[in-house]
Amino acid sequence: MEINAQKRGSKLYAALVGELDQHSAEKVRIMLDTLIHDITVRELTLDLSGVTFMDSAGLGVVLGRYKKIHMRGGKVIVTGVSASIDRIFKMSGIYTLVERK
Amino acid sequence: MNNQAEIIFPALTQNETFARAVVAAFASQLNPTIEQLSDLRTAVSEAVTNAIIHGYEQDSSQFVKMRCIIEGNLLKIIVRDDGCGIPDIDLARKPFYTSKPELERSGMGFAVMEAFMDQVTVTSAPGEGTTVTMGKRISHGE
Repeated sequence: MEINAQKRGSKLYAALVGELDQHSAEKVRIMLDTLIHDITVRELTLDLSGVTFMDSAGLGVVLGRYKKIHMRGGKVIVTGVSASIDRIFKMSGIYTLVERK
Repeated sequence: MNNQAEIIFPALTQNETFARAVVAAFASQLNPTIEQLSDLRTAVSEAVTNAIIHGYEQDSSQFVKMRCIIEGNLLKIIVRDDGCGIPDIDLARKPFYTSKPELERSGMGFAVMEAFMDQVTVTSAPGEGTTVTMGKRISHGE
């Protein structure tokens, strides 16, 4: 899994590329947490259009980042959500916490 | 048409990708749609992850067994571990329940399996391992 990130002001855009399962989840978590360690980040956009596979481990990663950003009063946006990922997101009710664009 | 295959692999998360690829390749003889293949890959990933993370606590000296069976247009996938077992299956299947919040597990594994497969049964007892049997009817691609 690769992450391409860009920061503009308080907005961080991170494009995930690859498979997001339990195996890659920890690496992704560490990479994203390093990026959002910068407390000026108030809006995190996760672009999932390059994610070729995701299961509930990926959901855990998104929810975990939401908790961190939400604690500092920020928000998380997901974009590029495939039909399969959308189904998992919908089941979990995550769209009440995280915005889809 | 009836057919079956079994693979045995150590409890390493690297093998999640492998297990998904095996199921997708085996299922291809039923001519599934892309969506059905995606459902199978996701459900298998959940079951195999559970076996590795929960059943075996990532002890790579232990082995996960995955059997794929085709009976007519029914694809059955049986994922078995001889690990710690589940003390309360109903609780484990409950959405959002996880015994490993420290791993940021979402607790949605069984819910995803149930949503993506037609049937899911779980047999387990503490100290006796866990067997997850999932079935999905694969209608031929449109």
